[in-house]
Amino acid sequence: METQSYFPVPPGVAVEENFLSLDDILLTHERLPVRTECAFPRLGFLDKSTDTQDISEGTKMELPLWLSKALYERKRRVLSVELPKVYREGWRTVFNADPNVVDLHKMGPYYYSLGSQLLHFDSPENPDIAQTLLQTFIGRFRRTMDSSQNAYNEDTSALVQRLDSLEKVLFRSGQSGLNDFQSWEKGRAAQLTASTLVLNYRKRKLAEVQP
Amino acid sequence: MFCEKVIELIRELHRMSDGQLPAFNEDGLRQVLQEMEALYEQNQSDVQEAKSEARTELIPSIKLRHCCLLRNQRCVIAYLYDRLLRIRALRWECGSVLPANVRFHMCAEELQWFSQYKKSLASFMRSLGGGEGLDITQDIKPPKSLYIEVRCLKDHGEFEIDDGTVILLKKNSQHFLPRWKCEQLIRQGVLEHVVS
Repeated sequence: METQSYFPVPPGVAVEENFLSLDDILLTHERLPVRTECAFPRLGFLDKSTDTQDISEGTKMELPLWLSKALYERKRRVLSVELPKVYREGWRTVFNADPNVVDLHKMGPYYYSLGSQLLHFDSPENPDIAQTLLQTFIGRFRRTMDSSQNAYNEDTSALVQRLDSLEKVLFRSGQSGLNDFQSWEKGRAAQLTASTLVLNYRKRKLAEVQP
Repeated sequence: MFCEKVIELIRELHRMSDGQLPAFNEDGLRQVLQEMEALYEQNQSDVQEAKSEARTELIPSIKLRHCCLLRNQRCVIAYLYDRLLRIRALRWECGSVLPANVRFHMCAEELQWFSQYKKSLASFMRSLGGGEGLDITQDIKPPKSLYIEVRCLKDHGEFEIDDGTVILLKKNSQHFLPRWKCEQLIRQGVLEHVVS
C-alpha cells in the first residue's frame, strides 16, 4: 500500500477557486480573448500590437483569466469576454457528437475547470456550455474509469495522453486503488516499503552524478 | 504582461508533483517583490494625480494594477505554503534528521520552521499515552508481528537493538529484527522488508 505524507492543496470545485491551490493558479493563468470597453491610460505596453501609450477603448487583446475575472463587472462595462474557440458553438457540436475522440489535453489541459470558470461572465451561451461540459464528462468517464481499473502493470502513458487534468486525477486514483487491491491479494499489503519520496530523491542524485 | 515571473515559481513546484522540494528560488522571489514595488509606486502616483486633478479616467488602470498586486500576493503565498507542506511531509518520510541535499534546498526561515515543527510534534507525541509517550510516526501500517525479516540494501554500520546486542548492517546481509527498530530504516531505503 502506498503511503504518502505530501497532500497538495486541492483545486476548488466547479465555479469555486481555492486560493492556495497550485492547480487553480495555473488554471487562472489561461488566456481569454477580451475586448476592452473603456480606456486604460498608461498601460499601452501590455498590448503588444500597438505602440501607443494607452490601451484604447475597443481594443481586442488576450488577458489571463484571473485578470479578466477581477476586472469584469456586470454593472459597469470595463471589458467583455469572448469565448475561447473550444467552447464556441462549432466545437460544442463536435463534443456533443462524440466526446471520446477529442484530445482534451491539447484543448485544455483545463477544459472542464476553465469552462466552469467561464460561467462567471454573463454570456447567453452559458447554459449550453455547462450542458456540453457535463455531457462531455459523462461521455468520457466510462472509458477513463474502465482503463484505469484494468490497466495493471502496463505503460499507461498512451491512455493518459488525451485526458483533461481533472480526468488524469481520477485516472490516477483509480490506478492506485487497483494497485493497492492487487498487492493486498498477493498478501503484500502489510509489507513495509521505502518511501517513494526518498527513492525519487536518490534517483535524482544519481542522475546528477551521471551527466 | 504582469505576474509572469511568479507563475514560473508556481510551475517549478507543480512540475515536481510527487512532493520533492526544489531549491528555494530566492532570486525569482526577489524579482516578484520588485515588480510589486514598482506596481505599488505607479499606483500611488496615479492615485495622487486622480485625486488632485480629478482625472477619473485613470481609475481602470489603477484597478488593473491593483489586481496584479493581489495576484502576485496570492501566488507568493501559495508558493511558500506549498513548500511548507512539502517540508512537513519530509518529517514523516525522512525522519527528524534531513539529508544534506534536502536541507540545502531550504532557506533559513524554512529550516527554522522545520525545527519548530519537529519540536511541536515531539512534545505532542510525549504527551500521548498517559504520559508514557507514543511515536505516531511508527506503525503506519498495522503490525502483524513484533519481529520481521529484513535485508540490507547498503552498508549502514553498527546498529544496537533493545537487548544491547550490536549487529553489523552490511550490504546483502539478512537479519531478524524488532519491527519498530527498523521501520524508519526501511522508509529511508536502507533495509528491505522480506516477506516470504
